[in-house]
Amino acid sequence: MATVTYAKATRVYPGAKTPAVDALDLEIGDGEFLVLVGPSGCGKSTSLRMLAGLEDVNSGNIFINQNDVTHLPPKARDIAMVFQNYALYPHMSVYDNMAFALKLRKTPKSEIEARVKEAAKMLQLEEYLSRKPKALSGGQRQRVAMGRAIVRHPQVFLMDEPLSNLDAKLRVQTRSQIATMQAKLGVTTVYVTHDQVEAMTMGHRVAVLLDGHLQQVDTPRALYDRPANVFVAGFMGSPAMNIKTVGLTDQGAKFVDMLLPLTRDQVAAAQADGGNGRVTIGFRPEDTEIVGGLDKGMPITVDLVEELGSDAFVYGTVALEGQDERFTVRADPRKVPQLGEVVHVRPRPDSHHAFNAATGLRLG
Amino acid sequence: MAATTSTPPVAAVPTPVADTLAGKTRKKLVSRGATIASIIIAILWTTPTFGLLVSSFRPENEIKTTGWWNFFTDPEITMKNYNDVLFGQSAANGRLASFLVNSIVITVPSVLFPLAIASFAAYALAWLNFRGRDWVYIGVFALQVVPLQMALVPLLSFFSRGVKLGGLTLMPPWQLEGAEKFVQVWFAHTCFALPLAIFLLHNFMSELPGDLMEAAKVDGAGHAKIFRNIVLPLIVPAIASVAIFQFLWVWNDLLVALTFGGTDQTAPMTVRLASLAGTKGGEWQRLTSGAFVSMVIPLIVFLSLQRYFVRGLLAGSVKG
Repeated sequence: MATVTYAKATRVYPGAKTPAVDALDLEIGDGEFLVLVGPSGCGKSTSLRMLAGLEDVNSGNIFINQNDVTHLPPKARDIAMVFQNYALYPHMSVYDNMAFALKLRKTPKSEIEARVKEAAKMLQLEEYLSRKPKALSGGQRQRVAMGRAIVRHPQVFLMDEPLSNLDAKLRVQTRSQIATMQAKLGVTTVYVTHDQVEAMTMGHRVAVLLDGHLQQVDTPRALYDRPANVFVAGFMGSPAMNIKTVGLTDQGAKFVDMLLPLTRDQVAAAQADGGNGRVTIGFRPEDTEIVGGLDKGMPITVDLVEELGSDAFVYGTVALEGQDERFTVRADPRKVPQLGEVVHVRPRPDSHHAFNAATGLRLG
Repeated sequence: MAATTSTPPVAAVPTPVADTLAGKTRKKLVSRGATIASIIIAILWTTPTFGLLVSSFRPENEIKTTGWWNFFTDPEITMKNYNDVLFGQSAANGRLASFLVNSIVITVPSVLFPLAIASFAAYALAWLNFRGRDWVYIGVFALQVVPLQMALVPLLSFFSRGVKLGGLTLMPPWQLEGAEKFVQVWFAHTCFALPLAIFLLHNFMSELPGDLMEAAKVDGAGHAKIFRNIVLPLIVPAIASVAIFQFLWVWNDLLVALTFGGTDQTAPMTVRLASLAGTKGGEWQRLTSGAFVSMVIPLIVFLSLQRYFVRGLLAGSVKG
């Protein structure tokens, strides 16, 4: 069991001008499941590989259990890693794949066998122990990769997009298996993904990265309810939040006839830092309703309706300050509007988020 | 996939055959016409060898007066040629058996040394990050163009005079005598083999997925363990092919053995074969059986290493 601390950890690739990971500060608690999420190229995998010892740390430090491991080789860190493409040893049987690390550490044979059997049982791999990886399906290979990490009883699990090679259905299933297993084993886990659904469903806390900078780290609920900036707001949630920058009045932000109220503090903060009379407003499709014309909603012309059975998402455009802007709204799947119809939409009271137009930071 | 391909289909990735130029070419290559053509070529190619085999069993008189195909109308078999070359006792003929041993003594280390050194070097060049790595690789690559003949005299002087810089002796002469001259031959063959062996093994090794090495590192393996437990088992096909090339090269080599080897004590079979026909070349019927004796071991080596030429060793390791 262990804690992990990144202290201003920075990685600059040779020849690159900007750091891939820039002064990352992050504390991961004992037994915590932390998810690193972000678009591709945001530095999430690099951060993980720095913790694994596969990537140099150019400045700053990384601690596991208060021990400085910044410049230790991977094998001195007592971590186990699951790779995106599994990286199984193709010439070894499933059993040997899982036993490899233990054999290297000269673990007694009987214990190796006990641990491998235990992990195989947990992962339903018992009947495949003598097979080579090439005789396994994708899901089974993925489980072998997990098993290889589990048998080690490491301080920290590192997982680099372990589900991205599985098909959609298997991914959902494996997702919950991994979360359950982590809860059962109680091992500190750092999990990298670009999929915000995985991040929301699996993580105790989620760290959002962009361009090597940590944007926000918090529980999934808090990330969803109080995104710290425009990027996090747009990244978390599907379909994405409606985010538009509009003119600011004393009372709030104006969308055609619809006024979204802002507090006095919010208005003041929006004016500061080069806000220049503008404010960025975001509201989630699921927080938005189709209302009667009298309720001062915003009229949008429907151009696409996605029906998912449980939900329906309505996409429509409206001319906003001279430009066509697109909005997404969740609608009652039994009462969807027609294409080309004009409907009035309005976020539920106090469900909208406001951000400074220049800095992108959350207001209040 | 065309049904007539002789290679077993690889498990994971079915190669799309049609459409691409390579695909079309491949289709043509497995067509009936191509098969017939290759059979004809094979027959043309093997006929002289077959004739040689037949001749080696014919009496000296027959060989020197009629063509080998007369054997079928007038079969007359003798083992005298083999008896002569293998066990004859005169200075110019025979005793091939002891030269066969010499050949083996020369060849086995001359294959193993470069293989061992080259696989270490290739691993370092492919998977270790050190300053100047690329320049070392380019240097090794470039060394392949130096013809072996150019190195003969310098190497000979290296053995017999050592290395001197000004008045300073950096390395004394080797002063090898008699059977010790084997060392010179091993050394020379190893030197000449390294550039190509490193180049081939490096190319094969660098194709291995990097995640595999990283997984092993995280699992606690150092470079020695990675090399031994991960890399070596996966480059067996490359090692087998380099081994075969090097084996055939050394086995058939005359020049290096003649230059760096000593007298009969260290001379390989090729040296003996060259003198089998006698000083005036009158006894050339012995070459028939001599050639076959020298062919036996390469055939055995080739056939026994063939099973290591496996495709798809990496199947199931990484995805994507």
